[in-house]
Amino acid sequence: MPLDNAESSTRKYKVVGTRPNRPDGVDKVTGRARFGADAVAPGQLVGLILRSPHPHAKIKGIDASKALKLAGVKAVVTSADLPDKTDGDAMLYDVLVNVMAREKALYQGHAVAAVAATSASIARQALKLIKVDYEILPHVTDVDEAMKPNAPLLYPKMITDGMDPKPKKPSNVVRRYEFGHGDVEAGFKKAEIIVERSFKTEATHQGYIEPHACLANVGPDGQGELWVCTQGHFMVRDTCARLLGMDFSKLRVTASEIGGGFGGKTTVFIEPIALALSRKANRPVKVVMSREEVFKATGPTSSSSIDVKIGATKDGRIVAGDATLRYQGGAFAGSPVEFGAMTAFAQYDLDNVRAVGFDVVCNRPKQAAYRAPGAPMANFAVESVIEELAHKVGMEPIDFRIKNAAREGTHSSYGPVYGPIGLLPTLQKAREHPHFKAPLGKNQGRGMACGFWFNFGGQSCVSMNIGVDGTVGVTVGSPDIGGSRASMCLMTAEELGIPYDKVRAVVADTGTLGYNDVTDGSRTTFATGMACIMAARDAIKKLCARAAQIWGIPEDAVVWENGHAKPAGSNAGNFPPMSLKEIAAQAPSTGGPIAGHHEFSADGAGVSFATHICDSEVDPETGFTKILRYTVLQDAGKAVHPSYVEGQFQGGAVQGIGWALNEEYIYGKDGRLQNAGFLDYRIPVCSDLPMIDTVILEIPNPGHPYGVRGVGETSIVPPLAAVANSVSAAVGVRMTELPISPPKLLAALEKQSAMKKAAE
Amino acid sequence: MRYERPTTLQAASQLLAKEKGSAYVLAGGTDLLVRLRTGFIEPDLIVDIKRIASTRTIAKTATGFKIGAAVSGAELGENAALKKAWPGVVEAANLIGSKQVQGRATMTGNLCNASPAADSVPALVAAAAKVVIAGPKGKRTIPVEQVPVGPGKTSLKKGEIIEAILLPKRPARSGDAYLRFIPRTEMDIAVVGVGVSLTLDAKGIVTAARVSLGAVAPTVLLVPAAAKAIIGTKLDAKALDALAAAASAACKPIDDKRGTKDYRIKVAGVLAKRAAKIAQQRAGGK
Repeated sequence: MPLDNAESSTRKYKVVGTRPNRPDGVDKVTGRARFGADAVAPGQLVGLILRSPHPHAKIKGIDASKALKLAGVKAVVTSADLPDKTDGDAMLYDVLVNVMAREKALYQGHAVAAVAATSASIARQALKLIKVDYEILPHVTDVDEAMKPNAPLLYPKMITDGMDPKPKKPSNVVRRYEFGHGDVEAGFKKAEIIVERSFKTEATHQGYIEPHACLANVGPDGQGELWVCTQGHFMVRDTCARLLGMDFSKLRVTASEIGGGFGGKTTVFIEPIALALSRKANRPVKVVMSREEVFKATGPTSSSSIDVKIGATKDGRIVAGDATLRYQGGAFAGSPVEFGAMTAFAQYDLDNVRAVGFDVVCNRPKQAAYRAPGAPMANFAVESVIEELAHKVGMEPIDFRIKNAAREGTHSSYGPVYGPIGLLPTLQKAREHPHFKAPLGKNQGRGMACGFWFNFGGQSCVSMNIGVDGTVGVTVGSPDIGGSRASMCLMTAEELGIPYDKVRAVVADTGTLGYNDVTDGSRTTFATGMACIMAARDAIKKLCARAAQIWGIPEDAVVWENGHAKPAGSNAGNFPPMSLKEIAAQAPSTGGPIAGHHEFSADGAGVSFATHICDSEVDPETGFTKILRYTVLQDAGKAVHPSYVEGQFQGGAVQGIGWALNEEYIYGKDGRLQNAGFLDYRIPVCSDLPMIDTVILEIPNPGHPYGVRGVGETSIVPPLAAVANSVSAAVGVRMTELPISPPKLLAALEKQSAMKKAAE
Repeated sequence: MRYERPTTLQAASQLLAKEKGSAYVLAGGTDLLVRLRTGFIEPDLIVDIKRIASTRTIAKTATGFKIGAAVSGAELGENAALKKAWPGVVEAANLIGSKQVQGRATMTGNLCNASPAADSVPALVAAAAKVVIAGPKGKRTIPVEQVPVGPGKTSLKKGEIIEAILLPKRPARSGDAYLRFIPRTEMDIAVVGVGVSLTLDAKGIVTAARVSLGAVAPTVLLVPAAAKAIIGTKLDAKALDALAAAASAACKPIDDKRGTKDYRIKVAGVLAKRAAKIAQQRAGGK
């Protein structure tokens, strides 16, 4: 359906844009909210998973006989209990293999068996009694090492896709991607100044506070229920049902409240195992991951190795940009290098641009989506070179960016031509911001970066039921990971013309609604929100029909204004307007319940750009970096609930700061993760951070009735580069490897001073 | 697993001595319970010493302070007299964990956990603290630095419990300080820790000093050479450089996930200087 969205820029909103409390707020601050591990079923068993201690090993045999003899053990499950039903679907087969190792354990922490027992201590004992016969194989955990000719191969027959000519020898490279346009070589010939650098970033984890947890209950009749902490319970239902050979309709999945996801809960890990255990034991089985399991066996993001070369003329015009990106995505195909290559140069208006990506496998856990998957690392590399190039050209980095910024009509580096976009406004606002003019002291530096994310639409299905008391229940199928229920209520109230507190949104189970895509791609406020608006319009049509019936006039002679049905004009009849509440009260006698509904697959998600500014101070004797000041300026299209938009801006910035400074997966030479816990995997704590300042810009998205753009992901794209540019400015050394942890920074400073001394 | 809460040291000691399986002392539990819950240990017996009255008090004695083994970090921080006499020891203990952890965690537990990175231990070593040990054969008193013998290992014998930590009385013009390096600002573990305790004469010259280092060797180190570098000086730049060099020279660190050898050696010197300056100021020097 084409949208007439001319209203979005001129419309005066009554409810949208206000900042009411969220409907789930009181439950969350009082502890009443029920999360993944809070479900209880009569007779439930404890499920625990045995994991490979080796990064790469052939599984020659599993003997669970002793475990099965232990009193209280009700079931043991191995890959033999999960026969391959994936029917040639390679991606689903990878999910199956990741859920439970088959011929080989591909990373330390890879599940090899699971038990269900009457208590946690019996289950723990049972795990120790399962004997796995491993043949240890050589391993590789670094992306550059994995690409070397003699690297240990995870898949000895894998030939790289997307290469011309096709390679003859197998390797760990899954696929090559290329994006861009123009003639890069010709572009560089015109360049008067070129900066070329190589970068590395380490894998980081989404760091959600709630570990994965679920309660599975499969009956002997083949019907099942699953309570689970996830970003998408319809995805969980379809995936688990396919892996276990169940009918979709016979598995009802309910999403619990969720203690963070950030993309990491967009796939399954423990859920098929819990269902298989429950089916085998004929009892409910609860599986709750420990934090160590979360680090070792769920999906962090990729680590990367990137080369970037950008050339410009002396007057500050970029003439060519070229990047090669190598991402390892763990032991399976599908690192987000494709998105990395697509987004690397998306913020610039370039005639000649090329980004080549290599998807590589390593003996590490299968990566999962993490907020704008693939984009932050690429952005770090490109925006670091941009900053350096600006200095070499002799321009202020912000002016250099403004001069080359993508704008409406720009042929983007990944293909499409941009419609109305908000990059230039964020840059212009950044230049006017007091942060930009604040003085800097000794050992302090300022950096900035611009970032981009596509955003996504996808499938949503919403029902809306109007009670006879005039209150409205909105039933959505998108798990609420960032305040979306509040936004759904705001948009519904706006459309119906009733107060916010008369609308209540619930996240329904998979038996209640049609398919809803996972809450990802910053899609929920945009797509499910649009479905709410459309469902409200559907309900309004019916409300008008009831009023017409009461008044005895034709349906099309009734209009809806400010929450009331009104005769369209004086010739339609002279009746006082009827409120939603008045019409609803008469529903039982005018045709029964009044409901609205909408189901669709949303297109038109508007891209979102941001500019970040960071000030930092470095202790030159210890390499400690303190973030002094940080500002996020981002285009939200239309901020439905500005507080939660600001929260998304701040949250992305904070996760990016952690990525830049201290977060990293540290592997030993033995291929084992050294820091599978929050003590040595250092996410920033509150005292590490200044208050993150935010500026919301509203450049309406023509693809949404209110102009909404997704805001959840763009905010993590620029901070890696903004922090690195700031630290590099503070110390006068270009930092090209993340994280910029104190030992790394101090070593770089000492190297620089040694070189200076040698030069003297 | 058995859980016992005896009310006397003798009873606690007997329980531990008689246990044939693995036995652990519980005070604050901020290390023990974490290790228990993560499956790192599987105790047969846990002896909670918090019901033993002498472990719960901070006493000012003729020779200084006696701090019971189960006194929490928060209680240390609320004791004005202790804080005035030994600010470095109290600040070190108060750096451990979070506010919630401070309500439970004890210095004696920190000492007996025997981590080379324990925050309170370098401060206690610099302070020349001693511990009173109760065991099947009665009581004995030893210097703090003799308790840990390696990562996770102490010199305590079967059935022995630390009852209290003794801090000496301070001469006039004395001060102490503890500094650690962490990559964050709190809720973290020392990459390097330095404790300095010193006494000045009326002219501001250092007459006595003790310097200790954490997280740079298998146990916390007492570094007499570092103390020697500042005794007899006014902590001028030359003395501070000598202190840093001596502290760095004493380090025997490893490369690990928290830092490199080179990093620890360098930062030990940097922090030694900074801690010495703070201690000097607290002693009334400039």
